[in-house]
Amino acid sequence: MNTQLPLTIKDTKEGLLTKKFSAVELVDEYLARINKNKDLNAFLTISDDLAYAKAKSIDSNLENLPLSGVITAHKDLFLTKGVRTTASSKVLEDFVPEYSATAVTKMEKAGAIMIGKTNCDAWAHGASGENSDFGPTLNPWNKEYVPGGSSSGSATSVAAGLSLVATGTDTGGSIREPANFCGVVGFKPTYGVVSRYGVIAMASSLDTVGSFGHTVEDVEAIFNVTKGPDGFDSTVANYQPRATDHKLKIGIPEEYFIKGLDKEVEESVLEASKVFEKDGVELVPVSLPNTKYAIDVYYIVQPAEVSSNLGRYDGIRYGQGRETFGAEAKRRIMLGTYVLSAGYYDAFYLKAQKVRSLLIQDFDKVFEKVDAIISPVTSTPAFKLGEKAMDPLQMYLADIFTVSANLVGIPGLAVPSGFTKNNLPLGFQLMGPRFSEDTLFKLGKLYQKAVNYVPKTAI
Amino acid sequence: MVKLTKADVIHVAKLAKLDLTDTEIEKFLSQLSGIIDHVAELQKVDTSKVEPTSQTTGLENVTREDEIKESSLDQSAVLSGTDKTYNGYFKVPAILEGRTDK
Repeated sequence: MNTQLPLTIKDTKEGLLTKKFSAVELVDEYLARINKNKDLNAFLTISDDLAYAKAKSIDSNLENLPLSGVITAHKDLFLTKGVRTTASSKVLEDFVPEYSATAVTKMEKAGAIMIGKTNCDAWAHGASGENSDFGPTLNPWNKEYVPGGSSSGSATSVAAGLSLVATGTDTGGSIREPANFCGVVGFKPTYGVVSRYGVIAMASSLDTVGSFGHTVEDVEAIFNVTKGPDGFDSTVANYQPRATDHKLKIGIPEEYFIKGLDKEVEESVLEASKVFEKDGVELVPVSLPNTKYAIDVYYIVQPAEVSSNLGRYDGIRYGQGRETFGAEAKRRIMLGTYVLSAGYYDAFYLKAQKVRSLLIQDFDKVFEKVDAIISPVTSTPAFKLGEKAMDPLQMYLADIFTVSANLVGIPGLAVPSGFTKNNLPLGFQLMGPRFSEDTLFKLGKLYQKAVNYVPKTAI
Repeated sequence: MVKLTKADVIHVAKLAKLDLTDTEIEKFLSQLSGIIDHVAELQKVDTSKVEPTSQTTGLENVTREDEIKESSLDQSAVLSGTDKTYNGYFKVPAILEGRTDK
């Protein structure tokens, strides 16, 4: 390719439609970049044959579809017909699905080109990418650091320019946290808006399907393609988009600016809120008093549902036997089975579901006053590989600012906001009421426009 | 709050159908104890007047017509994930033992 790599969907489509480059040339270029950066361990499987076939069909019949020619990487939790899907676990090392996830099919119909499947924490269990049974993914900004997890390979892939966009799943922060650590946009929709059919389940009352891109426009485009009922996920039913044409208010929750929050992270989030204020958005201090319980609720509800969902892996119909589970999956199955077991159900699981209701009440009350909330995504920038790997409790606490959105079922948008002195990405997240994705996109675009955001790759 | 014992870990592993080594049992006993102590914080919260939530968008009992969809997988596709099949069925490990008294 003799032009610069296009870093937005708009530039990709424009280049294709004006014949600056062909879809086949795009595939050539991205595959070359993937091959040059194998050390990042972002991909588990490359689907080059399928990518070339799709590119050729696009080139022979140029159409202006929402995702025409968009080079896409799918987290290896998304079933892809005929392409190995592992969940980054040895249990599914040789598993080749017979059908594709709805999100994958919808994106393909919209013109996207799948380039491969990305590494992640096995079964999406983790906040660093280090729990993959196929080795950790590296942060492309600094290879001594983790890219975040669980959608580690997807975030790295977009940040390093190995794909234009990528899909991910977010059960407790697995899109927003790696997006934050890798300096890309990460979007988690409202629970029950994007079908999870064909996406390997982690915790079914929390799981959502979202995406990574360089700009808010790009994750919005993917959301618009993937949302809506497909008849295969009964939770996708009652989407009612909210109006965005009034003067917007953003809440700043005091409980998210606490002791232990990294100074550079805090300053960056407050600076971002000033950008909104300058653009006519009103800032309102708000309180979410039950925030301190969110992580405990999450680490009861989530492993309980994990232990149930992983019950189906018995090595009989497909995959290897249960002895093949890695340490983190076993840990969560054990924890989940314990909190659900006779005599402990009321004390743990039922109690957690009640405190979950209190958290929901907190957010509902705040959203009577404001359209969105701004907060840090994580309390620190990316941490070093190995730093938390030996201490599961420390790793679990990395999710402290992200799990609430999943427990409450609301959307979250992680947006990059610069770099630390050590050149690690910084960012913030916006959360809104259920079905407020249009508000979050509007605010996110407003921010990227106000700061003249120019996408760049780490490599 | 209750204290996790080694017997609990062994019992839970059996419920979850996981064969753990002695090293794993010891490791999980200490790691799970730490996590359970942490989440036990929730006992302090007054939830006497709160209903539990398991579904956040307010859906209840979602049903559909019981119809055969064209997109159903055929038998060979369904069986493609294993080579342990017999007459178009999955072969599963025996769960009952054969009689030894005859």
